[in-house]
Amino acid sequence: MQSNDVMAERTSTFPAGIEVERHHDADTGADTMTINMGPSHPSTHGVLRLVLELDGENVVRCTPHIGYLHTGIEKTMENLSYYKALVLTDREDYLSNLCNNLAYSLAVEQLIDVVIPEKSQVLRVLLNELERIASHMLWLGTHALDIGAMSVFFYTWQDRDLILEIKEHMSGVRTKTSWICPGGLRGDMPAGWYERVESFLNQFPKRMEMYEGLLSNNPIWLERTRGVGVLTPQDALDAGLTGPSLRASGVAWDLRKSNPYSGYEQYDFDIAVGQYGDVLDRYRVRMEELRQSYAICRQAMKRALAMPGAPVRTNDRKIAPPPKAELDTSIEALIHHFKLFTEGYHPPVGEALGSVEGPRGEKAYYVISDGSNRPYRVRIKGPSFYNLQALPKMCEGRLVADVVAMIGSIDIVLGDIDR
Amino acid sequence: MVDADVRLGLSGSDLAIRDKTFHSALTMTPGTLEGISHRFLDVIAEHGLREHVLDFQNCNGIPSFTVGAANVEACLQLAKDACGYDLLSDCFGVDRLAFKVAHRFEAVYSLYSIPHADRIIIRVALQLDEVCPSAANVYPAAVWPEREIYDMFGVVFSGHPDLRRILMPDDWVGHPLRKDFPLGGEEVEFSHNVREQEAN
Repeated sequence: MQSNDVMAERTSTFPAGIEVERHHDADTGADTMTINMGPSHPSTHGVLRLVLELDGENVVRCTPHIGYLHTGIEKTMENLSYYKALVLTDREDYLSNLCNNLAYSLAVEQLIDVVIPEKSQVLRVLLNELERIASHMLWLGTHALDIGAMSVFFYTWQDRDLILEIKEHMSGVRTKTSWICPGGLRGDMPAGWYERVESFLNQFPKRMEMYEGLLSNNPIWLERTRGVGVLTPQDALDAGLTGPSLRASGVAWDLRKSNPYSGYEQYDFDIAVGQYGDVLDRYRVRMEELRQSYAICRQAMKRALAMPGAPVRTNDRKIAPPPKAELDTSIEALIHHFKLFTEGYHPPVGEALGSVEGPRGEKAYYVISDGSNRPYRVRIKGPSFYNLQALPKMCEGRLVADVVAMIGSIDIVLGDIDR
Repeated sequence: MVDADVRLGLSGSDLAIRDKTFHSALTMTPGTLEGISHRFLDVIAEHGLREHVLDFQNCNGIPSFTVGAANVEACLQLAKDACGYDLLSDCFGVDRLAFKVAHRFEAVYSLYSIPHADRIIIRVALQLDEVCPSAANVYPAAVWPEREIYDMFGVVFSGHPDLRRILMPDDWVGHPLRKDFPLGGEEVEFSHNVREQEAN
């Protein structure tokens, strides 16, 4: 009796700052309370706020509130020249910078009708797959951390850092490189870059074995993920899910296979498809994707190394600046350089869609040109925006402790959602 | 056209470049349906909707059909059921203020067919303050993006299950992605005589 009183006392007082709303349904006799999860919550992967209506430990209703990271990137891009707008693409989904660069570049390249050299296509594929590995490493670490397997995080962070160093070696910048641009790449890879990628790839399969060893057969991991957050194929399509989360529900759709871009049709790889659509399947699909990305990286490395000295950027001086050395000797080069960076180029009136398979799903840029040097409208399709739509469906009726597992399993990035 | 207040947020050099190149009379040449053969057109012709397609455009390989608000739900339903466009790839708004066209806003539904690996765009031409029927009954994925269009452009969707602002705060005034929404929102200093300067 006394312990019940103590329990009642303990649950009735919450620390300062936690607002709890209680409801009593006279008809059913159910007592529910509404709590805020986030926006500052470590396992919501950013500034996501979920309003959870709880019946004890069970989630009755989940209402996501987004927009805490909204910075108006679409509006800002409308007021920058095409060339300058590129840097903003790095800053929306900040974990798949090069994939965003590529989607935007593909859209703009259709508008300005430029053909880019073969080597830049190969390097785009290589950089995109490295980006996918880096993003999945961050997902794996934080997802495991949310569920309670802390040590995985430290190891995946090491691997992600190696890829950030590869990017730093290439561009001087660790994350927001803007290295893929309309017309090709900003520059060729510096000396020693391929060796660095090679050494990363050489140790990667062993690391994958270690991650699998830490998690795949771990009984606690299986207990927390199996049968949790199940989405049927129809649920997934209804929510607009794309990427690994959709494939885990059994829908075999990957833009790299269905609508190949940048020469993906020339690479030999498979796409992983899940069976049950639960958190465990989403984990397994991404783990297999990491292996496939590794295989694509190997093939792309081989191709890139076979083309030493080949151009990586279009020769069209209206689209890409002339080499720096030419500026000293050629007045045309100087004019082209000046015109490109002050005014930029003027695509004809039209609309184009650039769509790539990003780490989280279909990343698409829809660019509308009005003939001026700035995009009239840029629409950024963030896969996380649609993936998050599936969350209420997944977590209603489940335990509140599973909500973090479900958030982690759809791999959302709030920069991608709010833009 | 764009009001002077909008330009207050732009820096001087940017403004000059924009003005030189910005055409005040952008016209979109209406596309013709003559000679266009598409699965979607055949299907809607069977249901007597073909004459309600207002415009066709080829958006760099993606066919785009413009319809009026009255027919959008039927067209989307046919696209989903009879043409196999099973995924709403994206849904977004466009403000056509700077274009010389009969409508002000567009709600663009970008559809994808996973079995056919094919894309199609169905867009709704909307006047200012015209209500658009929601696509949420056909594509439940449209719930959030339609909220975003409402938030950013002020387009109201009828029959939408939960039409609230999504990205901006609930008490926000205005719709940021409209072309007449000021960039920056704060007056730039020393710009009190910008209108006289422009008149000269």
